[in-house]
Amino acid sequence: MTSATEAPKASFRLGMLIYDTRYRSITIQVIALVLLAVVLWWLRDNLVTNLADKGKDINFSFLWTRAGYDIDQQLISYTNDDTHSRALFIGLLNTLAVAFFGCILATIIGVFAGVLRLSKNWIVARLMTVYVEVFRNVPLLLWIILAYTVFTEIMPQVNDFKVTQAMIDSGTPAAASMLFDNTVAISNRGTSVPYPLLTHPLGGFEFLGIPFNFSFIAVVGLFVASIFASRGVTRRAKAVQEATGIRPVTWWKNLALIVLPTTLLFYALGLHWDVPHFNIDENGVWKGFNFVGGISIAHNFTALVIALSLYTGAYIAEAVRAGIMAVSRGQSEAAAALGLRQGRIMSLVVLPQALRVIVPPLISQYLNLTKNTTLGIAVGYLDLKGTLGGITMNQTGRELECMLLMMMIYLILSLLISAMMNVYNATTKLKER
Amino acid sequence: MTQSSMSFVRDKMLTQQKPPVSEVGAVRWVRENLFSSPLNGFLTLISLYVVYWIIASSLPWFLNGVWTANSLGECRQIIEANAGPGAEGACWAILRERWHQFLFGFYPMDAYWRPVLAFGLMLMALAPALYYGLRRVNMLMLGTVSVLTLLGMLGVGTDGFHLLLSVVVFAALFAVAALMPKKLLWLTLVYPLVGFYLLWGGSVWGPVGVAIGFGLLVVVWNKLQSRLGAVVAGGIAVAVALIWWLQVQPMVTTPLAHMMPIRLMSVDSDQFGGFLLSFVIGVTAVSASLPMGLLLALGRRSDMVFIKSVSVVFIEFIRGVPLITMLFTASLLLNYFLPPRSNFDLILRVIILVTFFAAAYIAEVIRGGLAALPKGQSEAADALGLDYWQAQRFIILPQALKISIPGIVSSFIGLFKDTTLVALVGLADPLQGITKMVRADINWKGVYWEPLLFVGVIFFIFCFGMSRYSMYLERKLKTDHR
Amino acid sequence: MKKSVFLGTLVATSLLAGFASASTLDDVKARGELICGSNTGLTGFGAPDATGQYMGFDADLCKAVAAAVLGDASKVKYVPTTGETRFTALASGEVDMLVRNSTWTFSRDNDLKLDFVAVNYYDGQGFMVRKDLGVSSAKELDGATICIQTGTTTELNLADFFKTNNINYTPVTIQDDAEGQRQFLAGACDAYTTDASGLAALRATLPSPADYVVLPEIISKEPLGPVVRHGDNQWGDIVRWTYYALVAAEEKGITKANIEEVAASTNDPEVKRMLGLEGDLGAMMGLDKEWAKRAIAANGNYGEIFEANIGASTPIGLARGLNAQWTQGGLQYAPPFR
Repeated sequence: MTSATEAPKASFRLGMLIYDTRYRSITIQVIALVLLAVVLWWLRDNLVTNLADKGKDINFSFLWTRAGYDIDQQLISYTNDDTHSRALFIGLLNTLAVAFFGCILATIIGVFAGVLRLSKNWIVARLMTVYVEVFRNVPLLLWIILAYTVFTEIMPQVNDFKVTQAMIDSGTPAAASMLFDNTVAISNRGTSVPYPLLTHPLGGFEFLGIPFNFSFIAVVGLFVASIFASRGVTRRAKAVQEATGIRPVTWWKNLALIVLPTTLLFYALGLHWDVPHFNIDENGVWKGFNFVGGISIAHNFTALVIALSLYTGAYIAEAVRAGIMAVSRGQSEAAAALGLRQGRIMSLVVLPQALRVIVPPLISQYLNLTKNTTLGIAVGYLDLKGTLGGITMNQTGRELECMLLMMMIYLILSLLISAMMNVYNATTKLKER
Repeated sequence: MTQSSMSFVRDKMLTQQKPPVSEVGAVRWVRENLFSSPLNGFLTLISLYVVYWIIASSLPWFLNGVWTANSLGECRQIIEANAGPGAEGACWAILRERWHQFLFGFYPMDAYWRPVLAFGLMLMALAPALYYGLRRVNMLMLGTVSVLTLLGMLGVGTDGFHLLLSVVVFAALFAVAALMPKKLLWLTLVYPLVGFYLLWGGSVWGPVGVAIGFGLLVVVWNKLQSRLGAVVAGGIAVAVALIWWLQVQPMVTTPLAHMMPIRLMSVDSDQFGGFLLSFVIGVTAVSASLPMGLLLALGRRSDMVFIKSVSVVFIEFIRGVPLITMLFTASLLLNYFLPPRSNFDLILRVIILVTFFAAAYIAEVIRGGLAALPKGQSEAADALGLDYWQAQRFIILPQALKISIPGIVSSFIGLFKDTTLVALVGLADPLQGITKMVRADINWKGVYWEPLLFVGVIFFIFCFGMSRYSMYLERKLKTDHR
Repeated sequence: MKKSVFLGTLVATSLLAGFASASTLDDVKARGELICGSNTGLTGFGAPDATGQYMGFDADLCKAVAAAVLGDASKVKYVPTTGETRFTALASGEVDMLVRNSTWTFSRDNDLKLDFVAVNYYDGQGFMVRKDLGVSSAKELDGATICIQTGTTTELNLADFFKTNNINYTPVTIQDDAEGQRQFLAGACDAYTTDASGLAALRATLPSPADYVVLPEIISKEPLGPVVRHGDNQWGDIVRWTYYALVAAEEKGITKANIEEVAASTNDPEVKRMLGLEGDLGAMMGLDKEWAKRAIAANGNYGEIFEANIGASTPIGLARGLNAQWTQGGLQYAPPFR
């Protein structure tokens, strides 16, 4: 009786788990899984014991207590009475602001430097090579510090703008003056620019700490709508051109469509500018410590953006150069044979093809730039690292929670950026038939 | 009258005229290269202005530089005396007094020869991996390295005995490289232990014991792998080596250390600083991350779902967070995840976390190398009946790693530059850590540009050299499949 | 491969070596070295000199403790810590004590599970401005731009001060002291705020010190002192009483130079008890009889340490002020050695 049940499945032996390729991969994976589980359990166990040992717990409630410190750059309102979570949010916005402007500027610099490095102009090509090599081979931290220092050393002091009694008496002008019809002041403290104010604002509300400003939304919405409208006009002009061979004149329509509605809306809202100025007493003497009115963009922001984009731009320039060199020479020769000028050859023929090669390294450079914004702490820029991972961590002593939260936010940020760029990459990919 | 006198053909050549001025020499070059079009001319003028501005604004500062002074105040007095009141100038005296701290940190002064020697030996050990090409070029490089190292050792004041010993060692290595270059690979294999012994010091028997462990590992693996397969044999070999290191080795090396006390003064790792620290972190992390990165790259390309997803999660997680957070993890969080009341060196913790960080990047570099190989290679290996590990060892990896070398070098450059961030967790990196300590001296408080420039220039020299070398390698290695 | 396994064993061995026993004193004695958490560089208080030796007011306290415990003032290892890493380094046992201008506050003492055992320097946050700004009081700084280091209590103090006085300011956050100094000199901020001792050190090294004034307001209390882990009271006592021995030595006129002489000739019973000539106070803390004698002999008494590092004779030139002996109207007051 027993022989009947044994016979058919005798083929499996234990040794086959190692020797048979069909089963071996499963064996290896199971072993890996067990090992990983053991390591994770060990880490967790240590964490629990250590926390108990130090009398600590994992508790995020500190995020809702008063922060008590000030942040010099705030994109949305914040005072030291707000909570740590609000400070975190301000820091995150500051990180995003640097990353956003940095990426744009780095792309511009990188494309120009990459193209100019292949220029026939000897001195320009050499200068660009020097730029690329110098920036790529010296630590970013040094560039950030240098950029900040250069700003504070070269720009005039706020005091130099001031008109004193002695100056009025002797008729000498102040040592420094404001730009653009006294609306913009660049001092070594920052760039003071006019701030838009509305007489009849549309109001707004705050949701989850994020302010929604109806006036802002209306302006942006209208502007986007007018751009779409103007593109519609262009498209119709193209259709007319294809049908009749005559292209109707559209530039003034486009201009009117883009400019007029927004201008009208601004007028209706009662737009006026809060221009940076000094308080002036009855004798015409400028009083006070600093410009009042307008908003001031601190130099640690500007320096950080410039240093990051110059540094990343050097890498992008290399990617751009490689991309351009990857486009076969026949392409630009053919374009030249068609009678296109140098600039147009570059922008119409070479760059669009080079883009396919350029975009993947570009993505990783954007990611690097975003991660490198953390170096802003070297110039005291209060980004996510400065607020959550700096002052908040210091004041509350919650290093575990703060660091985990910070890592998570950066991770999500990186994943979002690479996801977005991958979508873009998919659209620029060579569509092979 | 003959017709010949009526000839209209010129029978004498005209003397050649000089080409127009605008088509020769400097003028032509300038016209073609600098002013070929209005835009180009404009760019040239702008560039010239930029160059002029940079030179004009910094030259006086350099020219007024002072090399001998005891404090910043003295510097200022000397500059005022030399260049008139209000003049500004560099105070290089700070570098004259503190240069060694920027290079070596707080490493004991009479042992400066050890890092120098370790650095020179490292360049020698890298030879099999890095120096391709003509034998003559090769020998020239090694010769230069030897001479420079010995000069460096002389410069930092080495005692005669060790200097002589180093001369002998370098001569021997040079001879080996000249006669049987392949044997230099042995130096590469033992270098980690030699480097460790030179930098940290202590008894020589510790590193020797570790080396014996590796010997055991290799022997066991060789004996078993034909019967049990690479993975199982590897596991057993590692287990044997671990038993040796943790249980047997202390019993053997401790008595040996008593009988034959060959030792160097031991140096704690918190005495490391400056560029020494940058190199130690950078080199250790990159070389330690190579095997890990290799495994991760293979894992990411593997068919096994679990292995693949673990590799992907690890790589993407590490690449998604900034290095600073890893450093703070090393300094603040690692303690939470290790057994209670255990703690070890901050530098070691930083190296471990930086190794993880580098491993993720190296994994991507190697994955690029693997992806660049045509599929025919692995199919051919399959056709020959090689199993997975054999195929990787004999066919795939030698080719993939070779084309990954430039990528690995640029990862190293990136990491080397990023070591400046360790100052944020209190280590003495050259850029911020040492600079801050030096500036805290009341004599030098207020010095700003000089240390930054000094450190920046050294970084540039190293990184630029490395990147040029990796570009040269890239050209050399293009024995590709096209 | 080789290197990583090698590091692994290194980690394993260091782990074994690093397993600390419950008592810091035993650890320090077994190690033969005191690990002192120090600043990464603060003028006058703790910074390495050209030979790599840590010098300064805080460093000398470390040396005194090492002398008391180990009998050798040079057996100190300094671990530089930053504002972010200092308390974790202490809590995780990386350092035995922290002497790093850390302010004693309620939440640090209680929430962070640390013990501030003494106050070796009473500091306070002040402001420095250019003289030609025409400001004579911090309350006139309405609307001013103020440079401030991040990651310290000074930020909170500054916010509180301006809030209570109902005036505004713009902060310029900076990473370290050198950066702050440069920003302030370049006129990027109207005022620089940090501990008064830091302001004095800064002013001393300016090209033209007379152009700058330190404002009279001290807006906070900054009791700076040595910190130890909560729970190891014996070790806390050792640090505390070593410090008090230095203070008491100044009060009693015992200096580095005359300590042997005093020990031989004194009739003061308290001095006798302190120097181990009578009774055995050291044994109560797990030390020998001569602990205090060695601590004082290392770098002198409190006053000597002060004068040598930050006092009037140094370029920093700090006055004793609150840090004078209680007999001189200051706050330094050693409890009786009895």
